Amino acid sequence: MAYSPHTPEDRARMLAAIGVASVDELFADIPESLRSSGLSLPAPDSEAELTHRLQALAQRNRVDLVSFLGAGAYRHFIPPVVDQMLLRSEFYTAYTPYQPEISQGTLQTIYEYQSLMAELTGLDVVSASHYDGATATAEAALMTCRATSRDRVLVSRSVHPHYRQTICTYFAGASLVSDEIPLVADGPAAGTTDLAALERMLADAEHPVAGVVAANPSFLGLLEPMAEIGRLAHAAGALFVSVVEPVSLAVLATPGEYRADIAAGDGQPLGIPLAYGGPYLGILACREALVRGIPGRLVGMTTDIDGKRAFVMTLRAREQDIRREKASSNICTNQALCALSASIYVAALGPHGLRDVAALGAARAAELEAALAAAGVPRLHSGPYLNEFAVRADDAAGVHARLLERGILAGLPLARVEPGDPALRDALLVCATEVTTAAEIAAFAGAIGEEVAR
Amino acid sequence: MSATHDRERQTLFERSRPGRGGGKVPHPPKDALSRIPSTYLRAAGAALPEISEPELVRHYVNLSQLNYAIDTGFYPLGSCTMKYNPKVNEWAARLPGFAGLHPLVPDELAQGTLQLLWELESALAEIGGMKAVTLQPAAGAQGELTGILMVRAYHLSRGDTERTEVLVPDSAHGTNPATASMAGFRTVTIPSAPDGGVDVAAFRAALGPHTAAIMITNPSTVGLFESRLHELLEAVHEAGALAYMDGANLNAIMGRFKPGEAGFDVMHINVHKTFSTPHGGGGPGAGPVGVGEKLLPFLPSPRVLRESDGSFRLETPGERRTSIGRVRAFVGNTGVLVRAYAYIRANGGCGLCEVSDDAVLAANYMKSQVAEFLDVPFDRHCMHEFVASAATLKAETGVRTLDLAKRLIDYGYHPPTIYFPLTVEEALLIEPTETESVETLDAFVEALRKIVAEAHTDPDLLYAAPHDSPVRRLDETTAARQPNLRWRAMTGSQTPCPD
Repeated sequence: MAYSPHTPEDRARMLAAIGVASVDELFADIPESLRSSGLSLPAPDSEAELTHRLQALAQRNRVDLVSFLGAGAYRHFIPPVVDQMLLRSEFYTAYTPYQPEISQGTLQTIYEYQSLMAELTGLDVVSASHYDGATATAEAALMTCRATSRDRVLVSRSVHPHYRQTICTYFAGASLVSDEIPLVADGPAAGTTDLAALERMLADAEHPVAGVVAANPSFLGLLEPMAEIGRLAHAAGALFVSVVEPVSLAVLATPGEYRADIAAGDGQPLGIPLAYGGPYLGILACREALVRGIPGRLVGMTTDIDGKRAFVMTLRAREQDIRREKASSNICTNQALCALSASIYVAALGPHGLRDVAALGAARAAELEAALAAAGVPRLHSGPYLNEFAVRADDAAGVHARLLERGILAGLPLARVEPGDPALRDALLVCATEVTTAAEIAAFAGAIGEEVAR
Repeated sequence: MSATHDRERQTLFERSRPGRGGGKVPHPPKDALSRIPSTYLRAAGAALPEISEPELVRHYVNLSQLNYAIDTGFYPLGSCTMKYNPKVNEWAARLPGFAGLHPLVPDELAQGTLQLLWELESALAEIGGMKAVTLQPAAGAQGELTGILMVRAYHLSRGDTERTEVLVPDSAHGTNPATASMAGFRTVTIPSAPDGGVDVAAFRAALGPHTAAIMITNPSTVGLFESRLHELLEAVHEAGALAYMDGANLNAIMGRFKPGEAGFDVMHINVHKTFSTPHGGGGPGAGPVGVGEKLLPFLPSPRVLRESDGSFRLETPGERRTSIGRVRAFVGNTGVLVRAYAYIRANGGCGLCEVSDDAVLAANYMKSQVAEFLDVPFDRHCMHEFVASAATLKAETGVRTLDLAKRLIDYGYHPPTIYFPLTVEEALLIEPTETESVETLDAFVEALRKIVAEAHTDPDLLYAAPHDSPVRRLDETTAARQPNLRWRAMTGSQTPCPD
């Protein structure tokens, strides 16, 4: 085996100490009829062969295209200090800080993560991480049901389709109901959550609502009337869950400001590589009043017996290893190292740097909008956006495919993820971030102009 | 004793000075946000710390030195399989072709990763004796939820709506009953037999038309192979229920026992245990789930498919109507799965068998030594871990397992898992793994032996332990009664705890 420290003599010594002649004897408890004989898998690679094989596989992926693809995962500049600090073995190869005396590094960084995300979201309590934005959102929806003892949530179609589907999967198990709030079809508010429909859905006295879930920016990149959505939710006795993108919170109104009860989102934009979908970081935050219902680990500040400041996992009675079937969730291993990435990234950029990332993305996106419009590819909606928006292009899928051949990844053909929505049939979702260049925008606009004119 | 001085333990917020940091990204034009109505904008900037890079590096390097980790020492944390994490895996996950790939690119741009995922699914299916595997679940607990949701879908697809219970032995990980609850089932807890194994008669008595599934950890959480498994699985299937295997302890049995072949219908695998991906202070991991024939239609979407021309693609939305749906965004913790793939390739089939053999050998070797001075409740060969108990020691000296564990810290070791499983009094669950040298195993045993001797001669030394760690025993009561879960000094709303 590849990473064994044992010599044949070591093994012989251990067998002799146990008093058996061979390792086979140690497996005597496996009934004869249930034994298998070996594994039909390839022979081992030497490390040199392995690196060659992996390099060849990695090179079969295409990451050289000029990309305008976002849709829930975003390309950003990651300062090298993030990975250098992350790779400290003492963070990387430790586990859950069950022994706080020798885990203060992990515990303090988690406390700092909680504090940084609390600042960004404007909320009080942040769990020490969930798997990704989708599962954090599903857990937020479940929290609203537990907190209100109601069994129905309303989820705006402004929320990422993968997140909505994940809520459905989680809710099916628990026999809870999630209904979709439609988007406004046309006019200046087109593409944002339909407030009149929301009001009607909340008025169903037969079936009171536990929580209302909406996203800002929305999946389509639009800024949503979050304060109004929250007001309607609260008036009906429901909790309000805001799905957020963390970089945007450096400039956009926070869930705390528009009185959301819970915020959920994906922390990937905070220094975490795209890596084909994970590992990412589920952010889950709530108001202080909900602290005993939030799932996931929490770290608190305390002192040791000498009075020295220290950090420890706390309010553990919510968790599966203590409460078992009555726990607030089954979550155990989470995404601690990704939370550390997010913290180092935010600290490396600082408040002004993070604001610059968000504002520069917005500036590049405005340039992209203008260039695409001039090329005959206008926006699909007219409401304000930050750095992502949908454009209309006849035969969007065909245009997208032809641009690929020209080395341009023209965002996401929305019909791929929302096949049932006629409003999105001929639309591309495109985004710009601080790494998008003027030359890339010009190349994209030039090429798509030619394709749509064909 | 850490080389880090206390002054280096300031929080990020205490290190902050206005005007420090910067230079990472270009400045945007002044009017970058002017097109956005002010009602959508944040009223006041976020009160985040301002720190120069040199200070930032010192902050994190010093904090890291307060941690114990596999790369610094022996970490026999039972049930967690803290084996060595190969460095080539880290190199692989960072290759730009893997790390830079967006999850929503068209399939033709992702052929390398899709091939890797497809091959990894096949390898895990072979190891588990399962028909197919989904790599989507982000962790073992999410794998459990995925598996139990498939069980639910299976029964409902047959029009069987009466199956509302999941049977779980009392020795199970807490995630098992918590998962059953999340999936809408009632947990029925079954006591273990005196020999530490499943009590088949008790299971038989509880099985019936209301049983949806049993969840069994095998090898069990006391580190024993469930020798009455065959009988149990027969009874489960006779009752029309399904059998879930918690694969947390897969490191013991690769090549010796394949759960799918033995009759389990579904299992999860923790790649951060058996397949060497780093534990990261609490994740990320990944929790692939293997299924047999019955649950195949219900696997979460999207699956990775191989076309007849040898290319790979993801299922399209709605392509397989029987699926339980998505359990997360995108396709999985791919970066973690690259590492698991590299590990499996580095070992090959024969190497993985040796991994299990050596893990079991090391655990039995340690058990034979530890039995000389602590209770070892189950007098059988163990699998990859074993449970010891300080029950007798406590009766004789008053010293508890907790005190032994804290004193181990003074000797430079991470303690084993303690007070789990719940079925053994004063339990220490010790898992050496296959990557620790015999010298390391011997030195740990000698430390534990000395500590047990100290318990008789100088118990106060243990009660007050650890003496030499970065901090000593903590005030957990105040932490829970007056929770301080975030720094507030920078917004001025609350003064921080004094040093």
